[in-house]
Amino acid sequence: MTTPFTPLLSLGGGFLIGLAATLYMALHGRIVGMTGIVGGIIPPVAADWRLRLAFVIGAIVAPMAFAALGGRIAFAVPVSSVMLALGGFIVGIGANLGSGCTSGHGVCGMARLSPRSIAATATFMAAAFVTVFVVRHVVGL
Amino acid sequence: MLKTLSAGLIGAIFGLGIALSGMINPGKVLNFFDVFGTWDPSLILVMGGALVTAAIGYRLVFARRETPVFDAAFSLPTNRKIDGRLIGGSAAFGIGWGIAGFCPGGAIPALGLGYVQTFIFVGALVAGIATARWLNSPGGVRARQ
Repeated sequence: MTTPFTPLLSLGGGFLIGLAATLYMALHGRIVGMTGIVGGIIPPVAADWRLRLAFVIGAIVAPMAFAALGGRIAFAVPVSSVMLALGGFIVGIGANLGSGCTSGHGVCGMARLSPRSIAATATFMAAAFVTVFVVRHVVGL
Repeated sequence: MLKTLSAGLIGAIFGLGIALSGMINPGKVLNFFDVFGTWDPSLILVMGGALVTAAIGYRLVFARRETPVFDAAFSLPTNRKIDGRLIGGSAAFGIGWGIAGFCPGGAIPALGLGYVQTFIFVGALVAGIATARWLNSPGGVRARQ
């Protein structure tokens, strides 16, 4: 299954993600790392759980509202439910042990030139490229 | 109240960015990683655009403010150590991302689109985070402090 190259939408969307990271730092003094934010609303909850929950609700409602107002959002899941569950569980363990994911390390940490985030981002990007190669071209799923 | 509301609005900007950029779409994310197949380079622009914006934004924030608007101090990660836990955890994260096509920042906004597959991934994600925390700190004691 191919997907079209969307340079303007992707760049514009990326700008919004960076803008959200900037505003969260300016107003709340925190990194926009989705794994950490979600982790803080899973019991035992963090002290600032209200802030985290508000962020998560906003992040869920925005695409919902955009779609409800007639905006088109491309969405396709080319993998099985077993792979989603397996991948989700591994992502949860890995992002927790590695202290971050694409948003926390890849955007916020890299923007601060954190050596830990640069090492983490290089590692998870490389691992994802290798995994997709193995799954699609070696195993052939 | 204003504090919590502003976090919700910033979450909405983030979620809209994830949706418009294509990060919300596992098919597109997996195609970015499939260089030798149906490659779609769009995600370079998502990460590049987000990174450059945040790098400039953070610089402006730290140059102009001693403290954030709604808090007494900036809460920035202070750990500087590159260890096996960071690299091993990140490698596992990349493997899971390559298997499912979702990362947490893509999947949470995708919940708003209402597809059952997203709920399967997020349920497993939450179980994974809880499991890692349980393995690390018995009874979640450390997480509570």
